[in-house]
Amino acid sequence: MNRLELQNIAVTYDERTILDVDHISFERGKMYGIVGPSGAGKSTLLRVINLLEKPRQGSMGFFGTQVELSSLTHASGLSIQRQMGYVAQKPSMFHASVFDNVALGLRYRKLDRSQIQALVHEALQYVELSHLANQRANTLSGGEAQRIALARALVYEPALLLLDEPTASLDPSNIKIFERVIQMINLKKKTTILMITHNLPQARRLADVCLFLFHGRIVEYSETDTFFSRPACHELQDFVSGRMIC
Amino acid sequence: MMFTPDVWEVIWLSLQVTTTSVLIGILIGIPAGAFLGLYSFSGKRLIVILIYTCMGLPPVLVGVVVYLLLSRYGPLGSLDLLFSAEAMIIAQVILVTPIITGLTMAAVQAKENAYWETAKSLGASPFQLMVTIIKEARGGIWSGIAAAYGRAISEVGAVMLVGGNIEHHTRVMTTAIILETRTGNFSGGLQMGFVLLSISFLFNSFMMVGMLNQMKARKR
Repeated sequence: MNRLELQNIAVTYDERTILDVDHISFERGKMYGIVGPSGAGKSTLLRVINLLEKPRQGSMGFFGTQVELSSLTHASGLSIQRQMGYVAQKPSMFHASVFDNVALGLRYRKLDRSQIQALVHEALQYVELSHLANQRANTLSGGEAQRIALARALVYEPALLLLDEPTASLDPSNIKIFERVIQMINLKKKTTILMITHNLPQARRLADVCLFLFHGRIVEYSETDTFFSRPACHELQDFVSGRMIC
Repeated sequence: MMFTPDVWEVIWLSLQVTTTSVLIGILIGIPAGAFLGLYSFSGKRLIVILIYTCMGLPPVLVGVVVYLLLSRYGPLGSLDLLFSAEAMIIAQVILVTPIITGLTMAAVQAKENAYWETAKSLGASPFQLMVTIIKEARGGIWSGIAAAYGRAISEVGAVMLVGGNIEHHTRVMTTAIILETRTGNFSGGLQMGFVLLSISFLFNSFMMVGMLNQMKARKR
């Protein structure tokens, strides 16, 4: 199965429904833009897929492997988790060098030293920060840290890359590099990418398919051109035209 | 007080008992504290309350309980450990382990969310995750070890009860101070106290140097 599928996902906090997805699938090698107002459940969706959050119910088909999310443990979900990369809006850098931060995922996978060396240098070259390999990661600027977080997530060549507003606080030059890297790995490595963004031109620029989440539900799901030129639901029409929605 | 062979023997036994009990406390307390800091499970709240309660355990009570367990008619009487250095170590392990566990748990919880999620999303196994978070929380964990060492080396009630303050056998600095005081040799007691404080000062200085080096490395 060349797709990621979610079925009957429900996340609730104190009786309040945060996410309610009947069914959705993501094709391998495509880039998806996830948009919607704050509190719509976008981050929760990515966290559920990345096994950081357990839904009340629901299952996931991860490129051929079917799992029941509500009963999955950390250990039993590990083989799936290791096929995903995740970049949050604010990256957490461990108190170590840039090299060690990028190498962490490879060390978890017990790769040997020479492989780690080669892969980390390749990833640092992608994000154009090879010269910072020996610098302490907590001394990086926000833009550099975010590019290192991207290198750290793609160094082990995940099948799925989850990006939660990764460029929200970056300047245009960092955004340009970030976008170029994700486009390149999407094309070269056929990595499936799910990216949350509030930057609609960015979603339009990068995504093959866009989703609109509203009050925890996916209310629109279509090819990017259609999504922006002929939005079907009125909430999305308002959202893309910049009108207030709540 | 002169540094006679007898005094060196008391100092050396104090260091042996304290260091051994703190090392055992580290082996138990750091993994236990990290686990409690990282994972949720039913009954965790009760365990946390018990640990915090045990951080303030009265040493004399611990001494009495260990004494009863190790006494000839106690459940562990057959081990013949009462009035030995091993009995003193057992009592001190009971005293220091909750301190290391509780402070490790607090240090890990302070680091938990962002680092936990990052390490997990990078594919850390439960064990690798724990090791990663312990490394990140090492500043707080060092503080726990320092507190535990301070408690162990200055402890008198429990070691007196289960060790018996036997010369050349179970006499440590704190029990020697009591003995000197009881015999009216206040000067000897104060001098031994000064030696104890000096050891504690040296230990904490080493810890502080380690922590400062770490902080410098973080800033570099």
